[in-house]
Amino acid sequence: MTPLPLDFEQPLLELEKCLDDLISRTPEDTHRISVMQEKLELMRVDLYKNLTPWQRVQIARHPSRPYALDYLERCFTDFVELHGDRCFGDDKAMPAGIARIGKYRCVIIMQQKGRNVKENVLRNFGSPHPEGYRKALRLMRLAEKFSLPVITFIDTPGAYPGIGAEERHIAESIAVNLREMMLLKVPIISVILGEGGSGGALGIGVSDKSLMLENAYYSVISPEGCAAILWKHRKHAPEAAAALKLTAQDLTDLKLIDGIVPEPLGGAHHNASMAATAVRHAIIEALEELEKKSLPDLLEERYAKFRKMGIFSE
Amino acid sequence: MTIFRRPSLKFGAKRKREIPEGLWKKCPQCSEMIHHLALEENLNVCPKCEHHFSLSAKERISTIVDEGSFIEMDSEMSSVDPLEFQGVAAYKERLETYQKKTGLIEAVRTGNAMIGGYPVGLAVMDFQFLAASLGSVVGEKITRIIEESTAARQPIIIISASGGARMYEGALSLMQMAKTSGALARHSEARLPFISILTHPTMGGVTASFAVLGDVILAEPKSMIGFAGPRVIREIAHQDLPEGFQTAEFLLEHGLIDEIVPRAQMRNILITILSLLVEK
Ligand SMILES: [Zn+2]
Repeated sequence: MTPLPLDFEQPLLELEKCLDDLISRTPEDTHRISVMQEKLELMRVDLYKNLTPWQRVQIARHPSRPYALDYLERCFTDFVELHGDRCFGDDKAMPAGIARIGKYRCVIIMQQKGRNVKENVLRNFGSPHPEGYRKALRLMRLAEKFSLPVITFIDTPGAYPGIGAEERHIAESIAVNLREMMLLKVPIISVILGEGGSGGALGIGVSDKSLMLENAYYSVISPEGCAAILWKHRKHAPEAAAALKLTAQDLTDLKLIDGIVPEPLGGAHHNASMAATAVRHAIIEALEELEKKSLPDLLEERYAKFRKMGIFSE
Repeated sequence: MTIFRRPSLKFGAKRKREIPEGLWKKCPQCSEMIHHLALEENLNVCPKCEHHFSLSAKERISTIVDEGSFIEMDSEMSSVDPLEFQGVAAYKERLETYQKKTGLIEAVRTGNAMIGGYPVGLAVMDFQFLAASLGSVVGEKITRIIEESTAARQPIIIISASGGARMYEGALSLMQMAKTSGALARHSEARLPFISILTHPTMGGVTASFAVLGDVILAEPKSMIGFAGPRVIREIAHQDLPEGFQTAEFLLEHGLIDEIVPRAQMRNILITILSLLVEK
């Protein structure tokens, strides 16, 4: 199935259609066909190698983009889901459990979106409630008890801004994770798969290795939210996306993440297996690196990494 | 909701009785006209209805520390424009505007002080400056005073007020949440008390990091405290918000905060709490 095209992919699609026409009308004209094929490939590479921040945001939110459970299925084995925060409920926007990746046993905590209306009702569009963050913390404690590394898959537009979420203190559930993850006595690897929506992402994102997929974004506010406040209209989201410096490359330049995981040309949804192979490889590489560190070094480096974040003058 | 707009009176509109600016202030809650000296005398609290007007960081510090004991740190630290933020408003211009308007360099004052004879680290946010949004400077100054307090084995007191993230600093703003919370983790690990005081309003990334990590969390009456803004929540919920939603009173009822403390009692309560949590 070819994924739904995005608006900026239209010229590419039109050329693809021309090529198809040409092949069906004059299959013998191999010269013209190969010229056009070449042109198409150039156009494809040119388009996808020079994506604007807003175009990347669109790819990060693509309805066909592989979600956390798609990566779980392709990268991990022996997954046992562990439900619930042992306090109030089980947040389906944040499935989690124990599993194996390569030779490593681990705890895996994910943010999961739905692919259709029914799934999105279940997954709340990937926007966790406080119970999600509290379940995550429960499993991090479990990881600590059994000396298992923690892997988190981040893909959320943000923590849920709802009445119940506020009544049960969503802010506190995030804040406690920020504090507790800083001292957690096992390696933590986070991978931003798609949307790294503000505190909702950071709430499972304090890690020794923060990785980002090539077209993922990580931002303090959604481009639409920023546009609504600073430009007084959501339609300025593309400008806001550029101003916020939210792409994987921007975050690398600002020294806020540790690595970019490459995606297939056009985005992970063009080849989910290929994307998953890259994610699996990046996680195993990080695990191999982190397991060599002594616990005091691991914790000191984790603290130092976040301690350095910030740019100011004095 | 503003559906009806007041018709503009082009002719014959009587001029409102002019009140000399700055001398008298109208209480937004009970409409009482209060002389500024009376207001100051009463810690910026309405003498009639106890409405808590906002306080600058400087004023607030003077209401709780032992006189003359506050020694400010990092007072010259200032924001740069790390993203070279290109928008309708340039970040640099916004900073300059607020610096001129408020006479402040940034949105938090930090330092060491004595409260009832107890040495403490103190951070006080000032909402006047860019809604005390959480940028690199705010995050760094708060982190430093927490670290200094850990090293000095003294309690830390943070008085929060904030509109949330500082958008102009993008993900750098977001990471201040992790940085400050991480510093508090070490302070807590050293078994030192953190008293968090929430004032009107405390929202967004500040609420979702250091502000709610106190061993003791106090709030001023009727302060608005929350994560998401009420407008966003109302839009998503498609329903009216519960009575008193996101007020200090609501959060006391729902178990987030330990106590609501009127401004006039804050210093005394702090001294009592310090005397109970700190071994002298
Ligand atoms: Zn009043």
